[in-house]
Amino acid sequence: MSTPLVMFLVFIAITLGITYWASKRSAGSSAYFAAGRQIKGWQNGIAVAGDYMSAASFLGIAGIIAFQGYDGFLFSVGWLVAYLTVLLVVAEPLRNAGKYTMADVLAYRLRPRPVRALASLSTLTVSTFYMIAQMVGAGALVALLLKGSGITFPAAVIGVGILMIVYVVFGGMLATTWVQIIKAILLMAGTFLLSILVIAHFGFHLGDFFNAIGHVTYHDPKGQEVVKDFMTPGLRYKLPYGPLDLISLGMALIFGTAGLPHILVRFYTVPDAKTARISVVWAMVLIGTFYIMTTFLGFGAATIVGPDFIKTHGGTNMSAPLLAQALAGDIFFAFISAIAFATILAVVAGLTISATTSFAHDFWTNVIHKGVERKAGEEVMVARISAFVVGGVAITVAILLGPTANVAFLVALAFAVAASANLPVIVLSIFWKRFNTVGACAGLATGLIASIGLILVSPSLMAVDPPTVVGAARHLFQRPAIFPLENPGILSIPLGFIGAILGTLVSREPSAESKFNELLVRSNTGLGAEKATAH
Amino acid sequence: MPQQARVQPMPPDSTPRDTSATDWDRIAASPEFKDLMSTKKMFIIPAFVFFVVYYFALPALVGYAPQFMATKVIGNINLAYLFALSQFFMAWIIAWLYVKAAGGFDKLAQDIIAKVDKAKGGK
Repeated sequence: MSTPLVMFLVFIAITLGITYWASKRSAGSSAYFAAGRQIKGWQNGIAVAGDYMSAASFLGIAGIIAFQGYDGFLFSVGWLVAYLTVLLVVAEPLRNAGKYTMADVLAYRLRPRPVRALASLSTLTVSTFYMIAQMVGAGALVALLLKGSGITFPAAVIGVGILMIVYVVFGGMLATTWVQIIKAILLMAGTFLLSILVIAHFGFHLGDFFNAIGHVTYHDPKGQEVVKDFMTPGLRYKLPYGPLDLISLGMALIFGTAGLPHILVRFYTVPDAKTARISVVWAMVLIGTFYIMTTFLGFGAATIVGPDFIKTHGGTNMSAPLLAQALAGDIFFAFISAIAFATILAVVAGLTISATTSFAHDFWTNVIHKGVERKAGEEVMVARISAFVVGGVAITVAILLGPTANVAFLVALAFAVAASANLPVIVLSIFWKRFNTVGACAGLATGLIASIGLILVSPSLMAVDPPTVVGAARHLFQRPAIFPLENPGILSIPLGFIGAILGTLVSREPSAESKFNELLVRSNTGLGAEKATAH
Repeated sequence: MPQQARVQPMPPDSTPRDTSATDWDRIAASPEFKDLMSTKKMFIIPAFVFFVVYYFALPALVGYAPQFMATKVIGNINLAYLFALSQFFMAWIIAWLYVKAAGGFDKLAQDIIAKVDKAKGGK
C-alpha cells in the first residue's frame, strides 16, 4: 500500500471517530445545525479558516504562482482582505439577528416565504457549484496521488462524496466543525514546514530566494528556453482586459466572501456576537499567515522544481506536492498529499452542511410548512435526507464532467453569486429602512441571473479551441466570448444592488419598514439573540 | 426552552428578553442607542472606505502601471510585492483596531440591555 494511501486512511479513521462522538450530541435543530452554539471563539476561527482554505487556494494558488509568478500572489491578498467585510459588516449583525441561515436575517422584516425561497435557491447554487469544482479537483488529485494503487477518478469522487455525506448526516455541524479544525491545523503545519524547507534550501538567505525568483527558467510551448523575472507583475493579467479582470476578481472576493453560505453559517455556532467577532480575528490570523506563506510554496515550486518538471508530472495543481517531494522525499510528499485530501474533504463537508441547512430550515420548514415543524426532529431529518441528495448530485455531475473538465469557473461563479445576489440583500436589509420584499427578491434574482449569464458568455465557457484540445477540456461554446472578463463581479455586483434598489422603489411595504427598528436594535445590541443550548 | 418547538415564523417571540413591538421603536429612539450607532459608524465607515480604497489600489496599480510597480526596492524585491505584502498587515491592523473599538460598542450595548431589563422589572 502506498504511503499517501496510508496517511489518507489515518485521516479518515480519525474523522470518522469524531463523527461517531458528535453523532451522540447532534439531537435537535440547534445542536445539529449550529453545534448547540457552544463552539469557542478560537475553535470557530480555526474552523472558518478550514472552511475557507480550499484545495483551490492550497494547490491552485501555489500552481498559479509557480507558473505565472507574482500575479498569482494577488489571489492570496484578496482572500484575506475579504475578511474585513465579514468582520466590519456582516458577522455580528448576522449572529445577533439570525438563527441558522442568512435568510433568517432577511425574513426578519420581509415576507418570509418568497425571500427564503430565493435565498435558499441562491445558497444551493453557490454551494453546489463550489462543491462540484472541489469534487472534480479531488477526484483528479486522488487518482493522481494514488497512481498505481488502482483507484480511478470515479472511485475517488465516490469515496470523497460518501465520506462527506457520512460526516454531515451523522455528525452534523459539530463533526463538520472538528473536521475543519483538524484540517486547518494540518494545513497550517504542512505549509509552515514546507516554507521552512524552502528557506533552508536557500541556506536561510531570503535574499538568495528572491534573487532566484528573478530568473525562473522554463520552455515555452514551441520549445524555446525562456528566462523570466517571476516577481514582475503582468505575467497573467495582460492588457487590454487583464487589469479589469483583476479588479473584477477583487470585487467578487471582497464582497463575495461575506455572502458565502458555508462561511456565514459558522457564526451561528458560537454563543454570541462578541465570540463571532473573536472567531473572525482568529480566522484572519490563520488565513493571513497561510496566504503569506504561498510566497514560499509558489515561488519555491517555480525556482526549485521548475515549471517544466511540474507540467510533465501532473500539471499546475501538483506544484505544492512536487515541491514537498523535491525537498524532503516521498514521505513528505505523502504528508502534503494527505493534507490536500483532508482540505478537500473538509471543504465539501462544510458546503454540504450549509446547503442542507438552507434546504431544511429555509425551504422545507419555512417556505413549504410556513415555519411550523410538524413533529419534533423533522427539520433535522429533512437535512439528513437532503445531504444524500446534494451529495449524490455532486458525485454524479463530477463523474460526468470527468477529471479534465474546466471547472475553475465554478469557483469564480460561486463567489460572483455570493457577492451579487447574497451580499446586496443582506446589507440592504440591515441598513436600509425602506428595503422590502420586492427589492430582496429582485436583488437575489438579478444577482443570480447576472452572474450565471455573464459566466456563460465569458472566456471561461466561450472560446475557440484549437483542434488539439479534446473532450471535456474544450470550451462549451466554440465562438469568441461576448463578455471579455472571466470574473463577472464588476458588472454583476452593481446589477445585484440596482435590482434590489429598483425593486424596493417600485413597491411599498409598511410592515417591513415598521420592523426596521426592531432588526436594527437586535442586530446592534444582541437583545433577544439566540442563546447557546445546554447539553 | 425546548429548541425543536421553537421553529416559528420569524421573528422568534419566545426569547426571554423579548419585549412588545412598541419597545423596539422606543429603544431605537433613545439617546443611548443613537449614541451606540453613531459611535459604531464613526469607526466602521472610515475603516471600510479606507480598506476598500487601499485594497483596490493594488490591482489598479499592478494592472495599469506594471512597469512602475516592478521597480526594485530591496534586492530583487519590488514595489508590487511589498505593496501586496503590506495588505496583509493593513488587514490585521484594521482588525485589531476594530476589536479594540468594539469593546466600547459592547459596553454601550450592555447599558442599553440593562436599561431594558430594568424597565421590565428585572430579568
